[in-house]
Amino acid sequence: MRELLELLEHDARRPVSELAAMLGKSEYEIEKSMKDLEKEKIILSYNALINWEKFGDDTVTAIIEINLTPEREVGFDAIAERIYRYDEVRTVYLMSGSFDLLVIIEGQSLKEVANFVATRLSTIEGVTATRSHFMLKPYKKDGVLMTDSEKDRRLVVSP
Amino acid sequence: MIETANWKDRLSPGVNAIKPSGIRKFFDIAASMEDVISLGVGEPDFVTPWSIRESCVYGLEKGYTSYTANRGMMELREEIAKHYERKFNITYDAKTDILITVGVSEALDIALRAVVKPGDEVLIPEPCYVSYAACATLAGGVAVPVAAKIENEFRITPAELEPYVTEKTKVLLIGYPNNPTGAIMTREDLLKLADFAEKHDLIVISDEIYGDLSYGDHTHVAFASLPKMQERTILLNGFSKAYAMTGWRIGYSLANPTITAAMTKIHQYTMLCAPITAQVAAIEALRRGEKYMKKMVAEYDRRRHLIYDGFTKMGLEVFEPKGAFYIFPSITSTGMTSDEFAEKLLQKEHVALVPGSAFGECGEGHVRCSYATAIDKISEALARIENFIKNNKK
Repeated sequence: MRELLELLEHDARRPVSELAAMLGKSEYEIEKSMKDLEKEKIILSYNALINWEKFGDDTVTAIIEINLTPEREVGFDAIAERIYRYDEVRTVYLMSGSFDLLVIIEGQSLKEVANFVATRLSTIEGVTATRSHFMLKPYKKDGVLMTDSEKDRRLVVSP
Repeated sequence: MIETANWKDRLSPGVNAIKPSGIRKFFDIAASMEDVISLGVGEPDFVTPWSIRESCVYGLEKGYTSYTANRGMMELREEIAKHYERKFNITYDAKTDILITVGVSEALDIALRAVVKPGDEVLIPEPCYVSYAACATLAGGVAVPVAAKIENEFRITPAELEPYVTEKTKVLLIGYPNNPTGAIMTREDLLKLADFAEKHDLIVISDEIYGDLSYGDHTHVAFASLPKMQERTILLNGFSKAYAMTGWRIGYSLANPTITAAMTKIHQYTMLCAPITAQVAAIEALRRGEKYMKKMVAEYDRRRHLIYDGFTKMGLEVFEPKGAFYIFPSITSTGMTSDEFAEKLLQKEHVALVPGSAFGECGEGHVRCSYATAIDKISEALARIENFIKNNKK
């Protein structure tokens, strides 16, 4: 199962027939495993990793550190929920260390993101401080190099 | 340069006796094609893991640029000794039994030169790596090829070797997991060879460069780890295949002190020492490289399944390779020779592979396909080969 997940994580578009051959299983078994994993929400979605910058988009990505005052009973979860419901918010992590939530936001412009932080995030009750960092250039994302990767330098035939 | 005299006659007879390697036959055609998919490459498609490369760079920064001891850095020899102790439960003394060489290629050459006297016969199961017979000849020996059979998944048996034994037989030279067939020898198979070696008092040179690349239920068995075999075995290994370090040129030999000292003599006058940069990297590979190596092996294993499945579905006679990164299907059903098959496939479908005849006469009728290639390229190559076979049925 782990091997199947690793293969899909690396390339979700691999045909079932290929997966079956690689793992020494039947196509039926692979299809069933994938359905089960989807049902159990272990596989959540099959996305393409896109280099939007290369495509020509000028999207702005900001990483926001947020400090919170935890609430009784629910801790950080209630505030995290208020935050992750926004479409602009791509990622939310609860962190150890000098801040509590790490939030990644995407927007069309610097102004739009700054505005979102100022009017939406900072104003949430329990948020005591925010620090915004704007992303300048992605080098590697989810294990994939965002720059053109290394070429095969091997000779065509070798012993 | 224009030659005005017959220089060929002035070359050494040993050199004139060997043929250039057949492996590069179609190299020039293939190199000129744009969209060629190569299954002809005998090296990993991974680059050396970063932690290994980084340790070499760091070594250079610190000024590791000198010669080392002839036998290689003590630190590296100690790591190798530890590795064999841990993995195969055999003890080698880092001071007397280990020699660091410039790849297994050098180790093979000097091992043969150290033990072969003119006229000595070297038993070489074929198909096998292209250097074996050539190195035996250059050492003044007589290469005696012994054909392994596809029915037996290209394993060699004492019964097949026995008819070729004479008073002059001195060395048995084996390489498993095997290039080009992907064949392996189980412990039981090797035990039979061990009896055979003992019966005829042979030195066994065991090239185990693909040992770490063993798949499925097969675990590699070091020949020297078999009962009573350590003393008569020259075990050759290196970093090229398992750690994706082909271009570093670093290998080693493990043998008894007398043979190691003899090999060291040749090594010190011809090579002096293996490059220090590669030795530094090799230390890192043994200390911290195993997890990266295992990841690569797991990836080869998946490709192995895919390519074996592909050839089986095409209806070619093929056995499941359990080691190295080669598969060796028979193409006799197409009515072509392996040379013809390789050349036409390259011309028509732009897929490069190596004709089996490059690895000994008994390799004829087969082609060697390397699966050290990205999965999508393997799939595409399989589709092209299938198409080629369909259109060229005789």
